Amino acid sequence: MDAGRVFGKKVNGRGLAGGPGCDVCYGLVEDTQEKEGILPERAEEAKLKAKYPSLGQKPGGSDFLMKRLQKGQKYFDSGDYNMAKAKMKNKQLPSAGPDKNLVTGDHIPTPQDLPQRKSSLVTSKLAGGQVE
Amino acid sequence: MARRAGGGNDIQWCFSQVKGAVDDDVAEADIISTVEFNHSGELLATGDKGGRVVIFQQEQENKIQSHSRGEYNVYSTFQSHEPEFDYLKSLEIEEKINKIRWLPQKNAAQFLLSTNDKTIKLWKISERDKRPEGYNLKEEDGRYRDPTTVTTLRVPVFRPMDLMVEASPRRIFANAHTYHINSISINSDYETYLSADDLRINLWHLEITDRSFNIVDIKPANMEELTEVITAAEFHPNSCNTFVYSSSKGTIRLCDMRASALCDRHSKLFEEPEDPSNRSFFSEIISSISDVKFSHSGRYMMTRDYLSVKIWDLNMENRPVETYQVHEYLRSKLCSLYENDCIFDKFECCWNGSDSVVMTGSYNNFFRMFDRNTKRDITLEASRENNKPRTVLKPRKVCASGKRKKDEISVDSLDFNKKILHTAWHPKENIIAVATTNNLYIFQDKVN
Repeated sequence: MDAGRVFGKKVNGRGLAGGPGCDVCYGLVEDTQEKEGILPERAEEAKLKAKYPSLGQKPGGSDFLMKRLQKGQKYFDSGDYNMAKAKMKNKQLPSAGPDKNLVTGDHIPTPQDLPQRKSSLVTSKLAGGQVE
Repeated sequence: MARRAGGGNDIQWCFSQVKGAVDDDVAEADIISTVEFNHSGELLATGDKGGRVVIFQQEQENKIQSHSRGEYNVYSTFQSHEPEFDYLKSLEIEEKINKIRWLPQKNAAQFLLSTNDKTIKLWKISERDKRPEGYNLKEEDGRYRDPTTVTTLRVPVFRPMDLMVEASPRRIFANAHTYHINSISINSDYETYLSADDLRINLWHLEITDRSFNIVDIKPANMEELTEVITAAEFHPNSCNTFVYSSSKGTIRLCDMRASALCDRHSKLFEEPEDPSNRSFFSEIISSISDVKFSHSGRYMMTRDYLSVKIWDLNMENRPVETYQVHEYLRSKLCSLYENDCIFDKFECCWNGSDSVVMTGSYNNFFRMFDRNTKRDITLEASRENNKPRTVLKPRKVCASGKRKKDEISVDSLDFNKKILHTAWHPKENIIAVATTNNLYIFQDKVN
């Protein structure tokens, strides 16, 4: 069985790729132990695809890598910022949600939202007088 | 109970010490990001997300009453890296210490390299236990004396003082990495070292900070064609011309610096062939190697991917000689592990001093050891519940499915926020350091 053919088939809610002649049967007992080993992985994949149908075709490929390479990148548009500040004067914008690092999209960061560049003069608790 | 033989066979591990705060509310800065023993094992360094380094020193115990080996107590602590912002690239640079590597000791002082995502620093840690006293023009508290009141002269002498341990940055190796540094490794020549980021590896001389040689560059001309990144790199322990680097695709390349200045073409490529019919969306992600470590002998290397530890013989490229399953029961949880990002966790691995046992971490504050000779493995837990010194740790077992036996824990009950990513093994003795999120545990084998 190859990956392409499996995902060409419709997968129903229970994760069974049905149809006659199909040799991929999730949840049924296979002969060899090897098949037992890979079935969980395929079942998990089907679960994921069911939840996120638009998930990229390329398996675990460039998307992750680009995200990894761009770690730490911050974006700021002074025009958007000033316009948002002007809007705020009229009505209170809801305060930033838990993800304070997200500075793209509709939410324009304000000085209050940004995480503090913390003072790093606090001694590590590993060096503190903790009881062993 | 009969005393067990030494070596890797059936060691009984006992709790020794735990460092860090007890409270569950963990500040981000306190998250431990690296743990490393020095070459003698006398010193143990930790780095954290707040950019701080804490060094513990083993007490020289009284040999007569050796119930246990010396305890590790705080020796020095300092702020290694600070948060930075690269305004030109609009890039926030974390102060998190990614790796610490010790230099072998050459004189009274100790030296270590510590690195965050962008900058490597060489730190000198030195002791001061004497100070000059008896100046003629200065009082003991530092105030100056009026010279006209001096009637006799004396020679200042050094007198003992309370031990002071000072850390000072001796070299700062900056501006050589566009991407995020994941590894540093000191060469066996003790003069050079390498630093590796996602796409490049640089060679430095410990004395020279304004120059670095690029020895590996896997950046494609068109970034759209990017298919893999460098995940770890290490110099061979004995051959100063040899190093390896691992990739996100599960391959390891061995390079020889004598072959050419730019080691883009590997001398050896280690890769286990995969059955294409087994391939799934997760295959590449879980094959990504998170750590690579040479054995002390230099004959083998160990790699850690998401579910397993593999031992490779440097003479055989086409498959590992040993494979150990760390937590195979997670294979049927990959969907949720992908959703909560745990599938991207980077576990490290380490060898014991004689290369007979390897160790790596897992979830629920479990860690695993595999004895290469007896082929036995054990799962232990780093928990404050086993707090009494010399308490032998009870082996733990995870129940994958079906009926759960007493004392077993089911996969669904595992706490995936309690991960042990960093562990270290004393180079000579059976003492291990295991880092949970914000605590450092020290275990040792049962003596007597």
